[in-house]
Amino acid sequence: MAGPKLNKKRGGRAANPPPKKKQKALPTLEKETKEEMIFDSDGSEEPEVLENSDEEDQGMDSLSDMSSDGDDVYANDILQGSDDEEGSGEEERGAQGDSDSDVSDFEKEAREIDEEKAREEVDAEAELELNIKNEANEFALPTEEELEEEAQRPPDLSNLLRRIKEIVRVLSNFKSLRQEGATRKDYVDQLKMDLISYYGYNDFLIEALVELFPAVELMELIEAFEKPRPICLRTNTLKTRRRDLAGVLLNRGVNLDPLSKWSKVGLVVYDSQVPIGATPEYMAGHYMLQGASSFLPVMALAPQEKEKVVDMAAAPGGKTTYIAALMKNTGMIYANEMKESRLKSLTANIHRMGVTNTIVSNYDARELPKVLGSNSVDRILLDAPCSGTGVISKDESVKTSKSALDIQNCAHLQKQLILAAIDLVDANSKSGGYIVYSTCSIMVAENEAVIDYALKKRDVKLVPCGLDFGRPGFIRFRGHRFHTSLDKTRRFYPHVHNMDGFFVAKLKKMSNMKPTSQQSDDGEVEEEESELVESNDQEEGVKEKKQFNKGSNEIATEKVIKEKKQLNKGSSVSGAGKQPPLMEKRKKKEWPSREEIAKNREEKRQALRESKRKR
Amino acid sequence: MRPLDEIETTAVFNKLHKFVGNNLKNIVLESQAHEGPEPNPGRYCFRMQKNRVYYVSESLVKRATNIKRDKLVSLGTQIGKFTKGGKFHLTVQCLNLLAANAKHKVWLKPTAEMSFLYGNSVLKGGVGRITESIQVNDGVVVFSMSDVPLGFGDAAKSTVDCRKMDPNGIVVHRHADIGEYLRMEDDL
Repeated sequence: MAGPKLNKKRGGRAANPPPKKKQKALPTLEKETKEEMIFDSDGSEEPEVLENSDEEDQGMDSLSDMSSDGDDVYANDILQGSDDEEGSGEEERGAQGDSDSDVSDFEKEAREIDEEKAREEVDAEAELELNIKNEANEFALPTEEELEEEAQRPPDLSNLLRRIKEIVRVLSNFKSLRQEGATRKDYVDQLKMDLISYYGYNDFLIEALVELFPAVELMELIEAFEKPRPICLRTNTLKTRRRDLAGVLLNRGVNLDPLSKWSKVGLVVYDSQVPIGATPEYMAGHYMLQGASSFLPVMALAPQEKEKVVDMAAAPGGKTTYIAALMKNTGMIYANEMKESRLKSLTANIHRMGVTNTIVSNYDARELPKVLGSNSVDRILLDAPCSGTGVISKDESVKTSKSALDIQNCAHLQKQLILAAIDLVDANSKSGGYIVYSTCSIMVAENEAVIDYALKKRDVKLVPCGLDFGRPGFIRFRGHRFHTSLDKTRRFYPHVHNMDGFFVAKLKKMSNMKPTSQQSDDGEVEEEESELVESNDQEEGVKEKKQFNKGSNEIATEKVIKEKKQLNKGSSVSGAGKQPPLMEKRKKKEWPSREEIAKNREEKRQALRESKRKR
Repeated sequence: MRPLDEIETTAVFNKLHKFVGNNLKNIVLESQAHEGPEPNPGRYCFRMQKNRVYYVSESLVKRATNIKRDKLVSLGTQIGKFTKGGKFHLTVQCLNLLAANAKHKVWLKPTAEMSFLYGNSVLKGGVGRITESIQVNDGVVVFSMSDVPLGFGDAAKSTVDCRKMDPNGIVVHRHADIGEYLRMEDDL
């Protein structure tokens, strides 16, 4: 009974399938007999069955498109059996058509069902195509009501993540995937809010990161910040070699590999059966636990033997000991650290690693030029205190604790420090004259802006770091325009280089002068000094002439002094035409002042003698 | 920073002599310093800063003079500390210096290394090798079997007696070991 009825039902869908299905379901003879039986017996049942079948069809319609498609596909597979069945199917249909008067109703209904099925198929195909688009356009930015609702409920993390990924996808192909009426800004704002709640950042930091990176890279960076970077260690070449150390540690059960091709002393630790920071080799000072990014500024600095090097912010001593190892304990290092609490670890590390050429001091690094003398040192490493936005994977509190004010304060301190460092270095040193500035931060305000400031304020220039991997620093960023040589600086990111976020710049001091275009006192003093040197020869000749010109000219010469200073500001040192009148004026100024000085001295001496006599 | 006076110098040299014996002249008089930016090597000398004695090369000393006393933290290698009572103790940071010039040495078996590094004394059962002619109260430097210096201490028994001892007897009283870098970093 089911056979032919089913066939009729399915007959509506497609011309060929029903007979084939019928063929597969039952052997032909049986079907024929059943057909006759059915046709003869149940006129009343047919409509019911047909109704049922209609209902079923409607039920099928109401099911999701995919399943109906699936059924259709499945049905098609079954029904597209062999070619042999077609002929017999047609025969049977013909037999069906001829046999009964009920058949015409039957036929009508069958045709209707046919058409319905055809429509359904077309719809299904259209919906298939639509589905692909719909899933894309399905993502609409949540309306304000939805946002309010969300704010009241506890955050649904999977939903947030899904939304974040969708927005990133839209932003990466904005023209084709955007929702109508939504601007780029809307998407970005929603992304920011989602990132803040999913990953736990504060507003300021997310703003800063969005400004730095495009959407896809931003996601990579944030994901990279969630995971820790691999533990690295640096072989202490003063005591051992990397091969030997690797062998010993492998015997202890540490799973390690050489770090990269750019380092000959680095090892990366995958896992370890013993605590890697407490092996006898560690205690004997054979290696130091250090992040891979901390190797870079010392490699850029490249200290030579027998040089004088200053490390201005040395604690806990990883970079200092690396410098000493590169110098093979010759020369001299000043390791300075401002915070007393960190001094202990610095000295302990220095002694543990067997470094003997270091003097540890506890100054504020800005005072060092006064203590050590300006222009006295060959190389300087300034690993400046920073906001730490590059090492979020080590310290999650940075996500929420940094604000614009913190960054500004850091940047201000860093600018002062870099000027102090430049003043410490000797430009005329035989083998040096280099300053390396590095931070563990990715903010432009603490990196490129500080270097640009140094380039303007002092006579230094940027040189290549010697680190060929790493992204060049920004030359322009939003509103700022930096010096073009800033592309010699290097930026490192966790998601690109698998090390902490880092910035390295290498400066060479060209001369010990501070630039005269500065309206600073130093500039004026130096100008006058240089002019004095030049004009000395002629002065002595004029002295004899002007011996009697004293008091009357004093006031006049004071005015002349002021005028001359103003003239000096405008003119260059080698302005020959202006020199004779300037020199004459200066001679006028010098002569009476010298005699005055002599007078004053004599008076003082007399006063002293009298006071001594009185005693 | 100041040079040591007579009494202090004798105390330091006595302690060093316990460990290095005649090699003391290597350390003090005939030392060749390679630190310092000058091309000619100077010599090493001792300086005192805040009750700690440092073994520094002369060129470093010259350049450390312009650092204020309260801001100078460390220079060269620290050898030891003077206690408030005026006694001098050697600290672990001078281990490299001692190990290079040591007269009396003890080598530990691998199993006994960790125990020593935790701060325990050396037991007879942990001794792998021992130099001859150690007398009681001689200074002994403790090594691992791979010649890594682990620490130093006082000999509790002479070599001869040591052979006759039972395995749980103390051979070397521990004065200092490299485990202190982890255990007592703040006290160094």
